[in-house]
Order: sequence, then structure tokens, then C-alpha cells
Amino acid sequence: MKEEHSTDYAIKLDIFEGPLDLLLYLIKKNEIDIYNIPVALITEQYLQYLKMIKSLNLDLAGEYLVMASTLIHIKSKMLLPEPEEPEEEEEEDPRAELVRQLLEYQAFKEAATNLGERPLLERDVFTRAAFLPEETEKSTATEEELIEVSIFELIEAFHRLVSRIDKKELLEIDLEKMSLTDIINDIMERLANEKNLTFDELLGEKKERWRIIYTFLALLELVKLRMVKAYQTSAFGVIRIFPAVES
Amino acid sequence: MENIKSIIEALILASEAPLVLEKIYAILPETEKTQIKEAVDQLIAEYKERQGGICLQEVAGGLQFRTRPELGDWVKKLKSTKPASLSSAALETLAIVAYRQPIVKSEIESIRGVDVGYQLKVLLEKKLVRIVGRKDVPGKPIIYGTTKRFLEVFNLKDLSELPTLRELKELHEQPETIEDYSNS
Repeated sequence: MKEEHSTDYAIKLDIFEGPLDLLLYLIKKNEIDIYNIPVALITEQYLQYLKMIKSLNLDLAGEYLVMASTLIHIKSKMLLPEPEEPEEEEEEDPRAELVRQLLEYQAFKEAATNLGERPLLERDVFTRAAFLPEETEKSTATEEELIEVSIFELIEAFHRLVSRIDKKELLEIDLEKMSLTDIINDIMERLANEKNLTFDELLGEKKERWRIIYTFLALLELVKLRMVKAYQTSAFGVIRIFPAVES
Repeated sequence: MENIKSIIEALILASEAPLVLEKIYAILPETEKTQIKEAVDQLIAEYKERQGGICLQEVAGGLQFRTRPELGDWVKKLKSTKPASLSSAALETLAIVAYRQPIVKSEIESIRGVDVGYQLKVLLEKKLVRIVGRKDVPGKPIIYGTTKRFLEVFNLKDLSELPTLRELKELHEQPETIEDYSNS
């Protein structure tokens, strides 16, 4: 019989939400009237349960021990003989406070179950899908599997960019503005801060032709030196540049 | 009348959040409020009558189109996101906050008999519970209450729609003041 009990508890281990929950379970299992709890029996079973948790080396929350001492306290009070002459105030049943607590907890446990059974948003009922803001689009893109990009795709991205810029600007070339080393340093510095960047982001607002070329050359150099890696999520997708070694 | 009904129907569809009556009043200032209310009731009745895939629901004090609960399994297949699930510990904590708000942590713990710090954190993160203020007692504990989001997620028109707690009436004589917080 004892054996059977302990396995019974073992299955239930995880699902008790606390000492009150455990007590309610014991009351239900023994088919006890909650207003007339046989404290000795319940205390014994309660302590048996605590012993089992300990034997399984599971953490025993302090609340369980507090309840154990409460139960023992009630039990001892009930063992005391009733005073022959009733005192001025009628002595309250030592179980009253515990019963009140159990009933209250039981009511909320029921309420919680009812709440969980309601048609829940995004589980049972749905609203019209909201327009996806840009932010979520971006975050899902990074979750996609990354494909390694070849030099040719980098070149293609470069071509696309060049074809987009204003023809007038194509004529304004100033080779003195910056050296390749500067751009390389700039790229590495930004990658260290941002973790990953697209070609577009690398250029920012400054889309002069010389800068595009220099940035592109710098990238080619960096890829060759294996200082950066280029990935894209799909063919013709946005190419992302990652630092080769996480700093 | 037919026209007003159509306008309201369109407004509800286009609204991001549950559409409150006040907003409809503001958009249709020429129309009597009673007439608008009547049109809304008619719309709700029409959707109920139709028994289609869409329900016109009163949630969180407003009106919103929602899919019929029975069709949830189908709609789920369309969605890639998993619904946020709550543990029974979190649900119990939420129920206590919902029925007893405004409430402080120690009061919740005396009902549940265990620490609820973590559960409250989860509920705050999911925006189902919010900090209402601080109680003017030593230590100035934080007072918690439910949010509008709570009503939306649990498909409730307002807090008075929560089913009454069993056996709690006899335990607590003081009148419940749940309605007072329905629009906060």
C-alpha cells in the first residue's frame, strides 16, 4: 500500500503549485470534506510527500515546510482536551484559518482554469492580420538561413548600385578624398560596432561613384584577406558583410 | 440607417485596436448616439445570425472582428507564430490579480501560498498585468492590476464579464469594486 502511494505522488510531483495545491490534492484524493479535515491523516500524508521529495533530492521550497509546521501545530491543538468550562469567547476551530485559505485558493485555481479555457487571442481566436511593420520584416530576414556569396554576386550588387545613381554625379570624381586603407579601416571599425552590415548600409547616404568603387574594392580586399565574410539569404538577396572573427 | 451600419462596419475592420464607441461618435458627429448604438447592436446580431467564420466581438471596451473560436485550429495553420502560453502558476497569479485588483504582491502570495515574484515578472512582460501605483504603507509595495491587453487576450468585454468566483462571496463580505477598474 505504501509503495503504491509513493509512486502515485511521484507522477504528481511537477504539477503542484505549492503547499495549498498539494493539500487540495490530498483532500480530493481521500474524498475528505474540506470543512472537516482529519488533520492527523492529512498531516501524515503531507509529511510522507515531503520525505519523498527529499529522497529524490529535489529542492523543497520553504513554503512546504511552513505548511508542515502549521499542520503539526493544528494537529497538536486538536489533541488538547477541551476545557471543561468554556472560556468567555468561543474557541475557534484550529482548522478554520487553513480551511479559509484552502477555499480561497481553490476558488482562484478554478478561476485560473476558467481563464485558460476562454477563447484566447492567437490561440483560438484571431484578429485581422496587421500590416507588418518594417522592423519585423528585417528581423525575420536575419533568421533565414544564410548562403555564402561569391565574388560574382558582390560584383553584381555593385553593378546594380552603380546603375541606380545619378549620371551627373558620375562625372564628379575626386581621387584625393580618401585612400583605400582609410575605407578598409572604416569598414572594419563599423563592423566591430554593428556586427553585420549590408553593402548599402556601408555606403550610407554618401553614394558618390568613387566611394562606391572604393568601398567595393575595400570589400574585395577584405574578403581576400579573410577579414570579412559575405552572406546573403537568397539568390539576388541583400548581401550582408560579417567580420570573419568575432571581436 | 443602412448607411451608418456600413460605415461602422468599415471602421471596425480598418481599426487596429478594438474600436471604442467614442471614436465612432467622433467620426459620425451628425448621428445620434442612440442610433449608432442601435446600428452596432444590429451588426453584432447580423454576424451572430450569419454563423460564418467571423465574429463581431466586444473586447476591451471596443468592437473587433475575430475569427470564430471553433475555427482556431484552421487559422493556426496559417500562422507561423506560436501562441504565448501561460503556465498554470502564471494563470493562477493572473486570476488573483484580475479578481482582486488593485493588489500587492504579498496579498497574492498569501492566497497562493508561494512566492509569485517570477510569475508577476512574466505577466508584466506579456503586458497582461501592469503596475498601478504604490500602496501607502511601510515599504510602499507595488500595486498591480490587469491591462487592456489582458481583456483583449482573454476575449473579455470588461472585467465585470469575468465569471463570479465560487464561494468567495461568503468569505469576503466587503463589496467587490471590480467595475471601478474596468476602464483603467
